[in-house]
Amino acid sequence: MATADLALTVTGKPMQSRSELIAFAVMVGFLIVAPAFLYPVFLMKALCFALFACAFNLLIGYVGLLSFGHALYFGWASYVCAHLAKVGTISLPYWFGSWKWLVIPLPPLSPELAILGGTLFAAVLGVIAGSIAIRRQGIYFAMITLALAQMMYFFAVQAPFTGGEDGIQGVPRGNLFGLVSLADPMAMYFTVAVIFLAGFLMIYRIVHSPFGEVLKAIRENEQRAISLGYKTDRYKLVAFVLSATFTGLAGATKAIVFQLASLTDVDWPMSGEVVLMTLVGGLGTVFGPVVGALFVITLENYLTKLGQWVFVVQGIIFVACVLLFRRGIVGEIAQALRIRL
Amino acid sequence: MFEIFGIPSQALFGQLLLGLINGSFYALLSLGLAVIFGMLNIINFAHGAQYMLGAFVAFFLLQYLGINYWLALVISPIVVGLTGIVIERLFLQWLYKLDHLYGLLLTFGIALIIEGVFRNYFGSSGLPYRAPELLQGGQNLGFMFLPNYRAWVVVFSLVVCLVTWFVIERTKLGSYLRAATENPTLVRAFGINVPRMITLTYGFGVGLAALAGVMAAPIYNVSPQMGANLIIVVFAVVVIGGMGSIMGAIVTGFGLGVIEGLTKVFFPQASNTVIFIIMAIVLLIRPAGLFGRRA
Repeated sequence: MATADLALTVTGKPMQSRSELIAFAVMVGFLIVAPAFLYPVFLMKALCFALFACAFNLLIGYVGLLSFGHALYFGWASYVCAHLAKVGTISLPYWFGSWKWLVIPLPPLSPELAILGGTLFAAVLGVIAGSIAIRRQGIYFAMITLALAQMMYFFAVQAPFTGGEDGIQGVPRGNLFGLVSLADPMAMYFTVAVIFLAGFLMIYRIVHSPFGEVLKAIRENEQRAISLGYKTDRYKLVAFVLSATFTGLAGATKAIVFQLASLTDVDWPMSGEVVLMTLVGGLGTVFGPVVGALFVITLENYLTKLGQWVFVVQGIIFVACVLLFRRGIVGEIAQALRIRL
Repeated sequence: MFEIFGIPSQALFGQLLLGLINGSFYALLSLGLAVIFGMLNIINFAHGAQYMLGAFVAFFLLQYLGINYWLALVISPIVVGLTGIVIERLFLQWLYKLDHLYGLLLTFGIALIIEGVFRNYFGSSGLPYRAPELLQGGQNLGFMFLPNYRAWVVVFSLVVCLVTWFVIERTKLGSYLRAATENPTLVRAFGINVPRMITLTYGFGVGLAALAGVMAAPIYNVSPQMGANLIIVVFAVVVIGGMGSIMGAIVTGFGLGVIEGLTKVFFPQASNTVIFIIMAIVLLIRPAGLFGRRA
């Protein structure tokens, strides 16, 4: 089975249960067939958000930490990626007696390098925000991540390179590895699909590794994990940074796809949206975030005419999920069929 | 008119006053959050939306029923508090046995619904609300011009905060409340109706938010967004103060408002972010918050 081989080669070991393997095969099959009957732009948007939700789920689903500020990594990665792809040159302010600019002259980068740059920047932000946020647990963690993200939102509004309300527009898609033009929708689509699958499998590998088992132990009972000798703060920080990094990968890819980086992607409703996607799909399930992202993006696609009612609908889904089906779509299916998904 | 550190006194004291006013709202809102969290173990994400509701109720009362500011100051918190009681009975009461995070997610959903509905009907532009006749005009203090209404907001919210502190820390009702926060099962065994107390506490906390909203209406315009950004700052205030102490919430609220006001004078670029930066520093030095107890 081709998909089994793919899973085997990328993750080093096959998907751990038959049901997961079948679901993975269905997903890959869907990705290959989908552009024949759905708009590539819609699919690419869904895939970017699916990766975003998977990265977010790494934290909430497997460590039990609710971050309410993941727009920070998503949005800033997309800004950095857009800037690298469009302008290239980096100017950093520094203090040496007076404010000066450290200018690193760079040509506009090819898309893969721009995405890499955006992703790395998200990782750095993850290290900084993570080491502050993991000092508190539970709801405080949520409030701290939200506040830090809001702070960086104000930086994005003020920083000259982000273009304020306009954002960074007209980002060139460029040529992948200098060879394949991404202006072609199909080339762009399959690039995004490969990035998504790579991210998905890496996250799968992480949560099913010995490291992932420790994360789950921390989620279930942090005190016990500490008494077993694990330095839980370090594990939480690494998980946080990994989550921020994959979020950055999703955000940077989105900037190339839509040729745009804007304030929408760093603002707090974006943080809320990824929480919603993961909650709808199923917290702590492998495929839940993907299904949830697809569900929410499809819904928004149909509701765009309704303007502000989109937020009302999102709110109603939040309330319904919390009160009626906390396991989410995939979680409920897995429970009903007694399988792992 | 004179200068302090090269800043005209008018500008300095003007911003200081604005800081105190923002501080009053921070104090009232974080006080409500702390009271609710103490009893319900839920962080009320809808607090900003309920603050906005308070302002809108005052606006409707004046616009359609001709009811003035002073009555609105009483009616609006009661009306919004009642909606809070309905929300608690319909939704929140099912969540007390679950992880705290579900309460946060549910109230976030409620905030989205309330703010979405109002944005749909009132757009994003603000509606003006006139300060009452009695508080029009202002005093010239020599070093600054003090608008009467703004002085009233600072004094009145301070009074409300202190009364709340007194009721919770020094009266019999407050002692029941604190006891039920510590050990609800035991307090129930003494024949006190704890679930009803929880419901009323939520209603009271929400009412405080609405009261802040009515007071804010003549200063900032009444708009659907007025609570959304404020609540994030208030979260940072709560993280800095810690939710263990009522007085801590009040002091932190006013103090941070003043610091924010001063930042506007001396380093305006950072005025939006200064509270978040303070939060990060406090977390690095004292992770439990200034007045918090280590959980």
